[in-house]
Amino acid sequence: MLSIPCPFCGPRGEHEFQWGGEPVTRPVPASEVSDARWANYLYLRTNTKGRDRELWCHAGGCGQWFTMERDTMTHEVFESAQISLGRIGA
Amino acid sequence: MTGRRLSEGGLIDRARPVGFTWQGRSLSGYAGDSLASALLANGVRVVGRSFKYHRPRGIFAAGVEEPNAILDVTVGATHDPNARATLVELREGMAARAISGWPSVGVDVFQALDLLHRFIPAGFYYKTFMPGWERFEPAIRQMAGLGTARITPDPRRFETRHAEVDVLVVGGGAAGLAAARAAVASNVSVMLVDENPVGPLQWSGGVIDGMPAADWAEEAVKGVAVLSRATAFAYQDHNTVAVMERRADAAEGWAADRLWSVKARQVVLATGAIERPLVFPLNDRPGVMLASAVHRYLAQYGVLVGAEVVIVANNDTAYGTAAALLAAGAKVTIADVRPDPGPVAALVAGARIYPASTVIGTGGPFGIIYADIGPVDATRSDQLTARVPCDIVATSGGWTPSVHLFSQSGGKLRWDDGASAFLPGAGRQSQHVAGALAGANDLASCLMSGHEAGRNAAAALREAGKRAPRLTVPRAEAAPVATPLRPYWFVPIAGARQWLDFQNDVTVADVGLAAAENFQSVEHLKRYTTLGMATDQGKTSNVNGLAVMAGLTGRGIGEAGTTTFRPPYAPVSLGALAGQRHGSLYAPLRQLPAHAEHRALFAEMREYGGWERPAFYPQFREDPPRTIAREAAMVRTEAGLFDGSSLGKIEVQGPDAAAFLNLMYYNEVANLKPGRLRYVLLLRESGIVLDDGVVARLAEDRYLLSPSSSHTAGVLAMLEQWHQTEYPAMQVSFHDVTAAWATFAVCGPRVGDILAKVETDISLATLPHMGIASGTIMGVPGRIARVSFTGERSYELSVPAGYGPALWRHLLAQGAAPYGIESLSVLRAEKGYILIGTDTDGLTLPEDLGMSGPLRAKKVDFVGRRSLATPDALRADRRQFVGLLPDDPGFVPAVGTHAAMMVDGVRRSLGWITTSAHSPATGRSICLGMIEGGRARIGQSVSLFDRGRVSRATICSPVFHDAAGDKLHG
Repeated sequence: MLSIPCPFCGPRGEHEFQWGGEPVTRPVPASEVSDARWANYLYLRTNTKGRDRELWCHAGGCGQWFTMERDTMTHEVFESAQISLGRIGA
Repeated sequence: MTGRRLSEGGLIDRARPVGFTWQGRSLSGYAGDSLASALLANGVRVVGRSFKYHRPRGIFAAGVEEPNAILDVTVGATHDPNARATLVELREGMAARAISGWPSVGVDVFQALDLLHRFIPAGFYYKTFMPGWERFEPAIRQMAGLGTARITPDPRRFETRHAEVDVLVVGGGAAGLAAARAAVASNVSVMLVDENPVGPLQWSGGVIDGMPAADWAEEAVKGVAVLSRATAFAYQDHNTVAVMERRADAAEGWAADRLWSVKARQVVLATGAIERPLVFPLNDRPGVMLASAVHRYLAQYGVLVGAEVVIVANNDTAYGTAAALLAAGAKVTIADVRPDPGPVAALVAGARIYPASTVIGTGGPFGIIYADIGPVDATRSDQLTARVPCDIVATSGGWTPSVHLFSQSGGKLRWDDGASAFLPGAGRQSQHVAGALAGANDLASCLMSGHEAGRNAAAALREAGKRAPRLTVPRAEAAPVATPLRPYWFVPIAGARQWLDFQNDVTVADVGLAAAENFQSVEHLKRYTTLGMATDQGKTSNVNGLAVMAGLTGRGIGEAGTTTFRPPYAPVSLGALAGQRHGSLYAPLRQLPAHAEHRALFAEMREYGGWERPAFYPQFREDPPRTIAREAAMVRTEAGLFDGSSLGKIEVQGPDAAAFLNLMYYNEVANLKPGRLRYVLLLRESGIVLDDGVVARLAEDRYLLSPSSSHTAGVLAMLEQWHQTEYPAMQVSFHDVTAAWATFAVCGPRVGDILAKVETDISLATLPHMGIASGTIMGVPGRIARVSFTGERSYELSVPAGYGPALWRHLLAQGAAPYGIESLSVLRAEKGYILIGTDTDGLTLPEDLGMSGPLRAKKVDFVGRRSLATPDALRADRRQFVGLLPDDPGFVPAVGTHAAMMVDGVRRSLGWITTSAHSPATGRSICLGMIEGGRARIGQSVSLFDRGRVSRATICSPVFHDAAGDKLHG
C-alpha cells in the first residue's frame, strides 16, 4: 500500500486517496479551440512510465486536491504540493 | 512407519491429554501438539491420496511447507476444508478427515489410475479433454479435488487491524530475535511476527550468551510487540506487510483470524529457510520425510516418527537429526552423496554411513519397509549396495531460503553456487535481510547477521549525530567445520518414478517431457507441468524442478531463473480477507428518517442507489402490479405522499456561487431569482449527461442543489474538483446537507386539502410552480418547494430530519396515500420525465433528450459546452428520446427491447426501449426509448423484438399525460 504525503494532513494510507490522473490544462476560450485540440484535451494522456506528476485527492480525509510526483513504475513517491490559486496546468 | 510418543522431551504437556478424531476414530494427543504431530504419535501413516495418481501419501514436513497433509478439520462451529495439519494446533474435540480417497484413504478405487501413470503424463488432461472440457471437468475435479467448503455461513468473527511501527521483524528464529533485540535497544517501536505458536529456539536446544537458548529468547523480546501464529504473507509497496494472525483459541464472538496491515519504517526479513528434499525413485511413499521435520517432531513434540531411519543427505545439517534420533534410541543408517562427510561424522557414532551413495529405491505397501542404498551414479535399480530395513527415510538436499517476501517487495534474487540456493540480492525498499534467508547456516552466524540487521534498521531511523546504544553481539558455540554441500538433483536411473512436487504429482519425467516439448522457460515449465502450483506453492519442490530443467537444457540454475513469487506466501482464510465487510456491512445501506414509518406500513423496501427505500406499499393480498396501479391512480385522482428524503441536498455558498454554478451547469442559473427553482442538467466535459436535478436559489449568495439520490456524492466531488483544480480563486464552498433534512412530496388534485391541515407560515397561495420558501412547518424550521416529478400539482415539505417521522405521520393522517418509487416511476414515465442512467447512457447528450433550448439561451462557457459542437454531437442520426406506443395496448415490452424498421432497403435496429410500464392514466402500455433520428420518425411504425416475440409499435412524443402541463400550474 502506498503511503501518500497529503500536503495538509501528512502521510496517510493509499486507501484514503483518490487518483486524479495527469494534470491537464483546459484550453480556453473553449469555443475557439479546434475539434482536434479539444479531443486531445479530453482523451489523450502521456501515460508516463517513470517519474510523473499526478493529481490526487485526499477524498477520505481533508477532501483537498493536490499534486504529487510519483514513479509510476517503482511506486516511489517524491513530493506533493498544494494547488496554488493559479490554474492547475498553467 | 511406526511413530510413537516418547515418555519425555518436547514442549507438549503430558498432564493435559487432548481427545480428537481421525476419520471418525478417537485418538489422543497432548496440549502443545500440532494435528500432524498427534497423528504421527498415534502411528497414522496415510493421510491422503495424491492429486493425480491417487497414491497414498503421509506427513512429509512439520511446517508451512507441508505438501501432503491437507485435511478437513472441524472444531465446533469452525470448519477448514483444506487445513495444513502441520500448522493446526490440536484442540479438544477436533475432527480431522482426509479430503481425498474414496471410499477411504486406505482403499481408493481411483488407485487404478496409478497403474496408468505412463499414459497420463504432464499435460494429459489438457491435451485429452480440451474439446468439451466443460463436460469432463466435474468428474475430473471430483477425482482430484481438494476439500469441500460448507455452504452455511461461517459463524466466526474476522477483523482487520492496522499497525504502524518503526521496525517490523518477520521471523522469530535466532536471527529475528537478535534483530528485534538490537533494534529495540535503540528505543524504537519493534514488532516481531512469527507463524508458529512457539519459536524454534524454544525446542532446538543450544546455548546463547551462556544461557539456554529458550531463556535467551525470552530475554531478547522484552519491549518488543510479538505476534505469534501470525504469517506475513504479502510484502507490498512502501514497506506495507500483510500479516494473518490465526486465533484458534478466540472465544465465541471474538475475532478468530485477524488480518494485519503493518506499515513499517524499516523491515527486517528473517524468514529462514525451508529444507529441500533429495529426489530418488519412489520417494513419495508415506514415511519419506524431511530430515528437519523428523528432528522437529522429536524435539518439539516428543514424537519418534520411526524406529529404523535411513537418512539420505548431501549436507551436514542432517547429521544433527541423526544424532538426535540416535539419542532417542532409533537405529540410523546414513546415505551421503558426498564422497566424505568430514568432521560431522563424529556426531553420529553408532550410525552406519554409506558415502557417495543415495537411495535408489524404496519398497513396501502403504509406507516403507526397506530402502535400497546404491551409488550416486547408479543407472539401474539393481545396482544396490545394501537393502536396509527401515520405516522412515529422512531426506535433506540442502536449504532453500524463504525469499518469497523479499522477492514480493521488488528485491532481486541471485543464484549462489556455494549455498546452492537463490539468495536475496539488491533490495528496493527500506529493508534488511538476516539469518538463513541471507545464507547463514549455523546458530552463531544467524545471531550475528540478525544483530547487524537490527542495528542497521535502528541506525536508519536515528537522528543524525545521535549514537547507537552499546549492545554486544549474542554469542553461541560455533558449529564444527562444515563439509560443503554437494548438489545432487535426481538419480540417473531411466524410467524410475522420482517425484518433485508431491501435492500436484509432478515427476522428473514430467519436467523432461516439458523440456522435450520446448516448454523450457521456467514460467512455461510451471504452467505446463503444474510444478509448484499447488497450495504449498512448491516450497519444497521449486528449486529441485528448476535444477532438473536447467540440467536438461544445459543451463546454469541462475541462468534458468526462478518463477515470480506472488502473495500470498501461505493460504489465507477468505474470512480474514473479508473481515467485517460482509453481509449487511459489505455495503451498508442508508435509511430514510421515516424508515420505521415505512416498515409499519408494510412497505416493500428495496435498494435504490445506496438507499433503502419503499418500492411500494402493498395492501393485504395485493400483487405488485396492482399495488403500483392503485398508488399511481391515487396520485392522479386524490393525493399522494412520497418520501423524497434521499434526494440530494448540496448547499453552495459564497460571493461567487452564482458565477461558479453557471460554469458547471448546462442551464443558465445565475439569472435565477432568489426563491425560484430551475430544472437543470449537469454534463461531463465530454458533453455526456451526468445528472439532472433541481437548483434552488435561496439568496443572492446561496443555492441549494438537488441532484438525484444516487449521484449526490459524485456531483459534490465533481464540484469540488472543478473548484479546487480549475477555478481555485473563486469564493464558493459546498456542503452536503442531505442527511440533515426529511423531505416529503405531497401531490395530486387534493393536495390543497391536505396542506390546509399543515400548520405553516409559508403562503402556499402565492408560491408559484418552481418556487421555494422558508418558514416554519408544524412549529419547526422548514422549507416548502413547489416542484413536481409526477405531473401533478406537488409540494415538497422539508423539516429537520429528526422531525421526519412526525411530519410523515401527520401527512398520512390527513389522508395522503403513500406511494413508492416503482409507482413514481410509472407516474414520471407518463409525463416523459427522464431518469438519468435508465433512459440515458454514456453516450447521451442534452440535444438527444430534446433539451437544446438552454444551450441557445446561455452565453457563458460551462463544463461540456465545447463537446456539444463536435461533429459527433451534431450528427443527424443520433439516437433521440421518444415515446413508443405498442399496437397491443395490453402488452408491456421489456426494457432493452429493440425497435427495428426498414431503412434504405435494410431492416435494422434503430434503438431500444429504456422504460416501459402499464399506465393507469391512459389505460394502456407506454414506453420510452432512444431511437435513431427518433423525433423525425414520430408517427412511424417499428417492429419490437422482445425475447423472441415480434410485435409492432408506433413512435410518438414521450409525454403521454397532460402534455400542456395544466395540472402543474393550476
